[in-house]
Amino acid sequence: MDDLNSELTGVFVQESREQLAEMERLLLQLEQEPSSRDNLDAIFRAAHTVKGSAGVVECDFIVLFAHEVESTLDRVRNGEVTVTSELASVLLTCCDHLGQLLDVLAQGPHAPTPEMESEGFVLIGRLNQLSGTTSPTITESKVNVSGGGPMSTDNWHISVRFGADVMKFGMDPLAFLRYLASLGEIVGIETLADTMPAGKDMDPECCYLGFEIAFKSRASKSEIEAVFAFVRDDCTLHILPPDSKLEEFMELIQKLPEDSLRLGEILVKIGAVTEAELVEGLKRQQGAARDAESSGEPAPPLGHVLVEQQVVQPVLVEAAAVHQAQVSEKKAKEARVIRVHADKLDRLIDLVGEMVIAGASAHLLALKHGKGDLVEAASVLSRLVEDIRDSALQLRMVQIGETFSRFNRVVRDVSRDLGKDIELVLTGGDTELDKSVVEKIGDPLMHLVRNALDHGIEPADVRQARGKPTRGQLTLNACHDSGSIVIQVMDDGGGLNAERIRAKAVERGLIHADEPLSEQQIINLIFEAGFSTADSVSNLSGRGVGMDVVRRNIQALRGTVDVVSSPGQGCTFTIRLPLTLAIIDGFLVGVGKSAYVIPLETVVECIELRDVAGDRNFLKLRGEVLPFVRLRELFVVEGERPPRENVVVVRYAGQRAGIVVDQLMGEFQTVIKPLGALFSHLKGIGGSTILGSGEVALILDVESLVHRCADAEEQQSRSATSSNRLLSAP
Amino acid sequence: MGEIIRAPANLPAAGAEGPQQYLTFQLGGEMFAVGILNVKEIIEYGAVTEIPMVPRFIRGVINLRGSVVPVIDLSARFGGGATQVGRRTCIVIVELPENEDQQVIGVVVDAVSEVLEIPGSDIEAAPKFGARIRADFIHGMGKVKDRLSGGQSERFVIILNVARVLASEEISLLSRIAQDGNPVGPAAEAA
Repeated sequence: MDDLNSELTGVFVQESREQLAEMERLLLQLEQEPSSRDNLDAIFRAAHTVKGSAGVVECDFIVLFAHEVESTLDRVRNGEVTVTSELASVLLTCCDHLGQLLDVLAQGPHAPTPEMESEGFVLIGRLNQLSGTTSPTITESKVNVSGGGPMSTDNWHISVRFGADVMKFGMDPLAFLRYLASLGEIVGIETLADTMPAGKDMDPECCYLGFEIAFKSRASKSEIEAVFAFVRDDCTLHILPPDSKLEEFMELIQKLPEDSLRLGEILVKIGAVTEAELVEGLKRQQGAARDAESSGEPAPPLGHVLVEQQVVQPVLVEAAAVHQAQVSEKKAKEARVIRVHADKLDRLIDLVGEMVIAGASAHLLALKHGKGDLVEAASVLSRLVEDIRDSALQLRMVQIGETFSRFNRVVRDVSRDLGKDIELVLTGGDTELDKSVVEKIGDPLMHLVRNALDHGIEPADVRQARGKPTRGQLTLNACHDSGSIVIQVMDDGGGLNAERIRAKAVERGLIHADEPLSEQQIINLIFEAGFSTADSVSNLSGRGVGMDVVRRNIQALRGTVDVVSSPGQGCTFTIRLPLTLAIIDGFLVGVGKSAYVIPLETVVECIELRDVAGDRNFLKLRGEVLPFVRLRELFVVEGERPPRENVVVVRYAGQRAGIVVDQLMGEFQTVIKPLGALFSHLKGIGGSTILGSGEVALILDVESLVHRCADAEEQQSRSATSSNRLLSAP
Repeated sequence: MGEIIRAPANLPAAGAEGPQQYLTFQLGGEMFAVGILNVKEIIEYGAVTEIPMVPRFIRGVINLRGSVVPVIDLSARFGGGATQVGRRTCIVIVELPENEDQQVIGVVVDAVSEVLEIPGSDIEAAPKFGARIRADFIHGMGKVKDRLSGGQSERFVIILNVARVLASEEISLLSRIAQDGNPVGPAAEAA
């Protein structure tokens, strides 16, 4: 039972988080276009869903708060309240508060801390204030004090008997009372424990309590009724409006199960009726009952009961209808989306990976035997396996838009805090990438965005002075580029100050004062550990997470991060990530007896190695210089060079290089198998894979190989000699 | 030796003092032993893919039913020459708890001998020197009956401290040094 409960709670928390994220997104939109009806409806639905599912998992503190948010939204929806930016702000904070309540729930069966509860009440108070229906409690009571004490006649009278099962359903009677208090002031309250059995018969899980409450509020009857909406079926609730006549009180006394006299005393006690009134009323009531008995007709109060029930009914019917609509809507949604545990998906991908290997092996064998029909069958199989692989990987692909839209809120809040006017532009949100990558890219992106907001974009007055529009712009862009995904964070701020970076780097001892560095090299220093350009640590950035952490996180995903800055125009951070971490298309090459895999997306072309005199490690390719590495030398492979060597021309992030190998063995789909901690530092090798023959082949890390070449090339061009010192070093 | 010998899976976990079972094997004419609970399986030597730019004692990697497992040449790890592959050369697959994961490493040995039970009382502390391998690699010296003499005489087997011998931190440090171009010879390893 506990397992089931915690599972339910888990699902609830997850779903509600999604609802809240959606609600937040919509609220931000609402702020921009307050008149959008669709938006409002969607926000309302989200709040309602959270409340509804919180009821299912019996989490009353969320129910109560969400209910309040929902009713405010309802009033907005009905046009009673107009959307102001203040209201949207409060609603956003309510969203956050709900998120915190979810955290509390997710952590275990705790109640929220008193601070959080009071925060909730403050929020509810502000909501009510803004929506202008219920006056806050505090002002009300002040008025009363100045008026010379509470006046008993203008109170509502609420009498409620909670059903025995209320607590089993997770509803705490106290919570309802506390919630009731948020609508107005409880002037008098009396607890009835008459039904409480003797100690040994008492079931501690049952609720035996009832309350008679004198309540002062400007809330309408339906609002007060709504307080008890979640226990409506399980409790007896009678609400008498202020200034009710004595007859009505007497009727109430009749309807309640307790002894009339005792009830009367209670009513007197909480100031609903006076003693004299009570005595008179009781007399009259008894007389009426006797009359009814003698005439054989049912007692008159019963008719009134029915009438009152009818008053209640339309509300209930409406609520039921809304609920039904929600349920069917939810079902339709569930049919389109199936929740699958990530582990199952990973297992599937692993299996597909094994299948890819087995398929490749079957294909090789078929080719070896040279039987036409076998080869054909094997290639059909290979094609199908390829399709399966693609769709299996597709399962893990998610659009980056969701991650992007989280930044709407960040930009809004941060720019308000900073007093800057910044607009966020999102492009390429439909670009898909692996879920595991998406999960890990959030933090580095957040850091880049915060940095751009805090340090990148200048305050409005500075912008004006520089002749730029006062409104700053931050762009998040995503796109695919040769097998990688590229994510860019662009701002139109002041750009990076190379001089300051240089000075800082010297100060921190990262470089020597007279080290000759290109501007780009200086700018790249910001990614070094222990570097921070902010002179003061502000609230936003500089929390100890520097650019080096950003780079490390991205490198852990086999990605890279670059920065391009143009002074006065802004700067652009470009993150380049592999699409998936599981499978790549590879190009198989052989050196000596070993086979290596080069990621296919980096391969540009293959040429024969000719006309290379001596130890030169570059060749001329269509009039351009192409530096290359000899794998045989780099990896110290034994044996003589074959008469014919080949060059695989690779490109990574705009740089080209050649890799000299013995043989070209063609395309090959490979499942990346990590080499493990033992080889984590190995430069030039990105992982391993299993060939169709069952042997292990190493996957080349083209990036580090290209860098090797590029560095050497730069060195060459700068020193203007044909030194190949770096290339020939092992 | 073509068949795969699976280690018995559910051995009673013996205390440090109680009799424990050890797998003994030959390496360079000497007899070594490792605790059987660390041994996952023993496979025939073959299809090892070499890895460039790593110290000599890393023989390469193999495909163990779909997972890639590094293979260590014990003889080279102890500072000797590389193991010559012969008819009886085997790879002992060793499992080591590393943080929360199980690390799986293959170890090249000349020949696998037998599984012996050595009571704790028959295990002596490692000699400070003279074993020609680093003292911290040795868990102890086990006294066993020599079968060649019909159980008359006794001889010692070197019980290895596999966690030290195959410590991934040390190995990756050594290979980093190797990659940076510094010589990694017996001298560097013994340091």
